[in-house]
Amino acid sequence: MTARDEILAAVRRALADAEPTHAQVSRAYRDTPPPPDPVALFVERAAEYRAHVVRCAEADVPAIVAAAVGPTARVLLPPGFPYPVAGQVDTGETATRLDDFDAVVTTAALAIATTGTLVLDHGPGQGRRALTLVPDTHLCLVRADQVVADVPAAVAALDPARPQTWISGPSATSDIELTRVEGVHGPRTLHILVIDPA
Amino acid sequence: MSGTFLGMPPFPVAARAALADTQLRHNLAHATGTIRAKRADVVAEVDNWEELRVAGAAIKDNALRSLDATLLRLEKSLQDNGVTVHWARDAAEACSIVAAVALSHGVDEVVKVKSMATQEIGLNEALAEHGVAAWETDLAELIVQLGDDLPSHILVPAIHRNRAEIREVFRDRMAGAGKAAPDGLSDEPADLAAAARAHLREKFLRAKVAVSGANFAVAETGTLVVVESEGNGRMCLTLPEVLVSVVGIEKVVPTWTDLDVFFQLLPRSSTGERMNPYTSTWSGVAPGDGPREMHVVLLDNGRTRVLADEVGRQTLRCIRCSACLNVCPVYERTGGHAYGSVYPGPIGAILNPLMKGVGDDAQTDSLPYASTLCGACFEVCPVRIDIPEVLVHLRSRVVDAHRPGPPSAEALAMRAAGWVFGRARRLGAVERAAGLLSRALRGRRSLRWLPWPGSLWTGARDLPVPPRRAFRRLRSERR
Ligand code: SF4
Repeated sequence: MTARDEILAAVRRALADAEPTHAQVSRAYRDTPPPPDPVALFVERAAEYRAHVVRCAEADVPAIVAAAVGPTARVLLPPGFPYPVAGQVDTGETATRLDDFDAVVTTAALAIATTGTLVLDHGPGQGRRALTLVPDTHLCLVRADQVVADVPAAVAALDPARPQTWISGPSATSDIELTRVEGVHGPRTLHILVIDPA
Repeated sequence: MSGTFLGMPPFPVAARAALADTQLRHNLAHATGTIRAKRADVVAEVDNWEELRVAGAAIKDNALRSLDATLLRLEKSLQDNGVTVHWARDAAEACSIVAAVALSHGVDEVVKVKSMATQEIGLNEALAEHGVAAWETDLAELIVQLGDDLPSHILVPAIHRNRAEIREVFRDRMAGAGKAAPDGLSDEPADLAAAARAHLREKFLRAKVAVSGANFAVAETGTLVVVESEGNGRMCLTLPEVLVSVVGIEKVVPTWTDLDVFFQLLPRSSTGERMNPYTSTWSGVAPGDGPREMHVVLLDNGRTRVLADEVGRQTLRCIRCSACLNVCPVYERTGGHAYGSVYPGPIGAILNPLMKGVGDDAQTDSLPYASTLCGACFEVCPVRIDIPEVLVHLRSRVVDAHRPGPPSAEALAMRAAGWVFGRARRLGAVERAAGLLSRALRGRRSLRWLPWPGSLWTGARDLPVPPRRAFRRLRSERR
């Protein structure tokens, strides 16, 4: 017998006495009332992870990005990035080459208010996963209308076929005496720009 | 990791050594206390926490109840996504599958994401035998690996080490494994983390093959999920060309939307955060993004044995959050090593005997007794595993496994207690006798020593002096 057949047979033997009927899963947890101001809550909670969060108008994006990365930074942009920001568009560099960039600027698929989370599904404007991982600073732009209330709303809106990265603050560890240190392997600095409608 | 849990002494022996280590006890009390408080805060702000726990338990139960069909669905979805699926009956089989993949790409090293399953099967040692070095990339795992040490906590495996010890490990050992620690390395956590970043970045950028586990595997979509903090997981899942994920068969959940429960339960229970810094999900190979070749090893290694145990099968719901460790009064005092397994604490006390079976090994058989049955673990468990119920069940199985033969002192004591508690009149008589004893011991609050066989109990514990009047007597007097 193959390992597959043997494991499946062992599973069936183990369950011989078990109730065949399935329990009803109550989804009442999805019915929580949304927060009164999801965008304000997102800003507050993302900042608690020590991300730098600002709300701004679309017209201010280039200036805010330029100020955040500094004049000498080598800035990487994903293909399809929709805002007029100075930087070099990714053409599929190797990871070692990505390591030469100081910062990357991207959009996001959505943001979650109650947890202060950004979700990237790595479509146009967000880039392949390595782009937002190797450079030490990540600037992420999210429109106010992309902020959803909570985790169930986010999971329902996202497409599982796409690779996803859920980001809640900069990379962090508490492995040494439980002292929180920002930035181990992922970007050590995370800027979030929430763009309010004009 | 050259350390091994094999041949560990039974829990009481190992625990006695750990109890004598005051530094360890101090670190543990600080760590568990801190995480416990953070968890309590972020759980309290979720109004529907109990609904989430009930849903989490039900989703896992449903997946387990039809595990054969759920696994076949998962296999099909993975294959449709371009993933090669392997099945492994035991640790040796799983290790040789991973080794074969690594060797087929001609590599002599792999980078690893922290994963309980790969620790359980001893993958690093097995790969070393094939001449393949497995680099741990989680900071705590790196500390453990470089120090030839053993992990002591699921979430913070190096919790038994302080910053000065970690600096020593980095200074002495990093050079032998790759990029050396910088000169003048301080013992500031930020400096130590920066040294780890530099040391590992070199490995991430050149690695061809990565090995991961998965926190969840979605049957419907063939999606795997890794939940982490540092970004080392993202590095391993994204930069190498080949990815092998070792996934316990109990990690499967039926649908993508079921994750909306676990993405709430896990981070809050585990690190006490509203959300962990990074969660990665992927459904097979994504063109132009990440690894081009993917393998999944579906691992049994004792899990079907757990499934066959009517009371114990709820243990397979476990999402390895480690909340039960942080509330356990026994774990807080003994630490993880005393459990002699990669799964310590209350979950380890039930999972190890269930996976390995009882009656063969004194170390495993001692684990169901490593508990006071206080029930704190059940209270915090996000998937409502009734750990005390399983512990009691396993104790009876251990006792049964050792029959025939003279009953043990504990079996006799329990039998005597059963006889006393079984009849109100007998209990009353014992309580009156205890009250008299209490008067004789005027002023003492606890007994540090009892004559044999009571010494078996007081050897490691103080016994409170019985009250002068029993609760039952007071109650009947006040009626
Ligand atoms: S038994 Fe429950 S509390 Fe303990 S690690 Fe598993 S899921 Fe967490």
